[in-house]
Amino acid sequence: MPMIEMREALNQALKEEMTRDEKVFILGEEVAEFNGAYKVTKGLLDHFGPKRVIDTPISESGFTGLAVGAAMMGLRPVVEFMSFNFSLVAIDQIISNAAKMYYMSGGLYNIPMVMRGPNGAGPRVSSQHSHNMESVYAHFPGLHVMAPSTPADAKGMLKAAIRCNDPVIFLENELAYNLKEEVPEGDYIIPIGKGDIKRQGTDVTIIAWSRMMSLAKTAAEELAKEGLNVELLDPRTLKPLDMPLIAESVKKTNRVVVVEEGHYFSSLGAQVAESIYTDLFDYLDSPIARVCQSENPMPYAANLEAATLPSVEKIIRAAKQVTYRN
Amino acid sequence: MASVKKEMQSLSKEKMVEILEKMLVIRNFEEASIKAYQQKKIAGFLHTYIGQEAVGVGTLAHKLPQDSVVTTYRCHGLALALGMPAKEGMAELFGKVTGCARGKGGSMHFFSKPHNFLGGHGIVGGQFGIGIGAAFKSNYDEDNAVSFIFFGDGATVQGTLHETMNLASLWDLPAIFICEDNQYGMGTANARAIANTDIASKAEAYGMKGYTFNGMDLNEVHGRMGDIVKEVRATRRPVLVHMKTYRYTGHSVSDAGLYRTKEEVDTYKLKDPIIAVSREMIENKMITEEEFKAMQKKAKAGIQEALDFAEESPEPPLEELTRHVFMDDVGNA
Repeated sequence: MPMIEMREALNQALKEEMTRDEKVFILGEEVAEFNGAYKVTKGLLDHFGPKRVIDTPISESGFTGLAVGAAMMGLRPVVEFMSFNFSLVAIDQIISNAAKMYYMSGGLYNIPMVMRGPNGAGPRVSSQHSHNMESVYAHFPGLHVMAPSTPADAKGMLKAAIRCNDPVIFLENELAYNLKEEVPEGDYIIPIGKGDIKRQGTDVTIIAWSRMMSLAKTAAEELAKEGLNVELLDPRTLKPLDMPLIAESVKKTNRVVVVEEGHYFSSLGAQVAESIYTDLFDYLDSPIARVCQSENPMPYAANLEAATLPSVEKIIRAAKQVTYRN
Repeated sequence: MASVKKEMQSLSKEKMVEILEKMLVIRNFEEASIKAYQQKKIAGFLHTYIGQEAVGVGTLAHKLPQDSVVTTYRCHGLALALGMPAKEGMAELFGKVTGCARGKGGSMHFFSKPHNFLGGHGIVGGQFGIGIGAAFKSNYDEDNAVSFIFFGDGATVQGTLHETMNLASLWDLPAIFICEDNQYGMGTANARAIANTDIASKAEAYGMKGYTFNGMDLNEVHGRMGDIVKEVRATRRPVLVHMKTYRYTGHSVSDAGLYRTKEEVDTYKLKDPIIAVSREMIENKMITEEEFKAMQKKAKAGIQEALDFAEESPEPPLEELTRHVFMDDVGNA
C-alpha cells in the first residue's frame, strides 16, 4: 500500500466520489484556484472544472445555505470550511436548516451534504481560531459527526459521508494533514458509526479521536515500557457512537480514559463517559478519567497554549490514575 | 412592461376565475385557522396571509413545474397558491399525520414536493440560501428553472439577504427575491428598523435590477411579475422585487396590534385584493354577482371539508417520533 498524507487521502476520496457521482460538487473559500488552504482539494479544479469545484466569497452563511437548497433539489454538495471556526458564521444554516429539514418536512426533503474542514487548535492562533466544534454539532439530532485520526480512515470515512443521504459534519485537523500512513488504493468505505481498535490492550481503554489519537498512541507506547497494556479505541464517528465496540473494550479492561481536545464542560467526552456509566457501570473498576482542554479561551503564548491543551503527559497521568499506579 | 390596467382583460375568464378562487381559498383557510386556534385545535405560532393574497397568487401564477419556491413562516398562502390541497395544510396545523409534513412541521413549516415548495422557515432570513441553492441547481442541471424567494420586510436587514444577493449576482443565478413588505417587522414599523426603506434600491449595490410595485393590486402583480419571471428565465440574472402589501391580522395570533391604528388597517381593507378583483370581474362581465357568491360558497365549503379532514385525521403514531431524523439507517443512532 502506498504511504500518503492525510490531505492526499482526503483528496482521493473527493476525486473518487466526484467521479462516481456527477451530482457531487465542492464549494468553499479557496478550494479551486488556490487548490485549498490546506491543499485537500489540490488538482480538483483542473480535473473537474469550475462547475463542480467552486471558489466562494467569504460568505459562510450564504454558501452553506446555498448548499442546503441545492441538496434539497437533488445535488450532493461538499462544503469546505477553511476552518470549523468559520462554521459558526453559518451555524443557523447548519442547525436550523441542514439538521432539521428532513424531519420538519415530514420526510419530504433530505439533505445529502458534507461539511468538512479542519477542527480544533492550530499552532499558536489564539482564541478565535481554536474551537473544537464536535460537542456543539453532536448535540443536535439530524447531523452525523465524524472525525478521522488516520489517513486510511479519512479516505474511507469521507467516502461514506459523501454517499450518506443525510448531513455529515466531517472534522479534520490542521496538525494532522501531513500525517503519513499506508492507505489502501481504490474504492473502500468505512461505514458511519463504526469505531476501531487502534491498539489491542488489556489494562485500560483510552478512547480518543482525531489528533488526540496520535497523542494517545505515544502515551500507550510510553506506558507499555512501564508494563501497562493500553487498548486504544477510536470511535471515528462521534455521533452515532459505536457503543457495541466501546462495551466490548470496557468489559475487557474495566478502566477508561476519555481524551478530547475540546473543553471539559458539556462535552462529547462527557457524553462518552455518561454512556459508559449508564450502560457498563458494573464493569468499571475505577472512575473514568477525562483529559480535556482547560476551561479558558486559547491563549497565544506558547507555554500557556501547551498548558491549555491535552498532552501525552496528561494522558499518561490519567491512565495511571484509573489503574491506581503512581 | 405589460399595461397593468389591461392585465385582466388580457387574461382568459378561466385564468381569472382560477386566480380569484385561489385568493378565496387562502382567505377562507386563514380565517378558519384563526377560529380553530381560538378553539385550541391549533397551537404554537400562527402567522396568517390575510391581506397579502394578491402577492402570492399573482406571482405564482407564473411558476412552471421545474421552478421552486421558498418562504418564511407566513407560508400557508403560498402553499395554497401553488395548489397544495387545503386539507393537507389544515391537517398540518392540527398536528395530524395526514398533514403536509406529517404533523411535524406545523404552521411555520409547510412543504410540498410536487410543487418544489422548499418550505416555510422560522428564522428570519434563514431561507435565502435555500432559494439561491435551488437556483444554483437549475444552472447545474440546465433545466431552465427559476427560484422564487419570498421574504418579509424585516428580513431585508438580515445579513443573509446581502450575502445571497451577492452570490446570486456573482454567479448569475436565476433567483427572484420577492420582498412582501407588509410594513411591520412584527410590531416594529419599517422606519424604525430599516435605514433605507427603498428596498428595491438595494439591488443596485449587487449589480441587480430592482422593481417596486403595489402588492395589493392583483393586476399589477400578475402583469409585472409575468414580465419579470420571463426576464429572469431568459437572462439567468437575479432580480429584487419590492411589493408593498399589508396584513390585516396581527403578526401572529398573539398580537394585540398596539403599534398601529384601526384606521390604518381599515384604509387597507378598502384596497382589499379580493374585493377589487371580484368587483372588476363583475364590472367586466367575466362573472355575475351570483357566480361570485357561488365561488365564495365553494371556497368556504372546501375549507370546511379541510377542517373536517383535519379533525378526523389521526395524530402521528408514536413511531413517527424518531422517524425522519435521518434518511439512512446507519445503526447505533
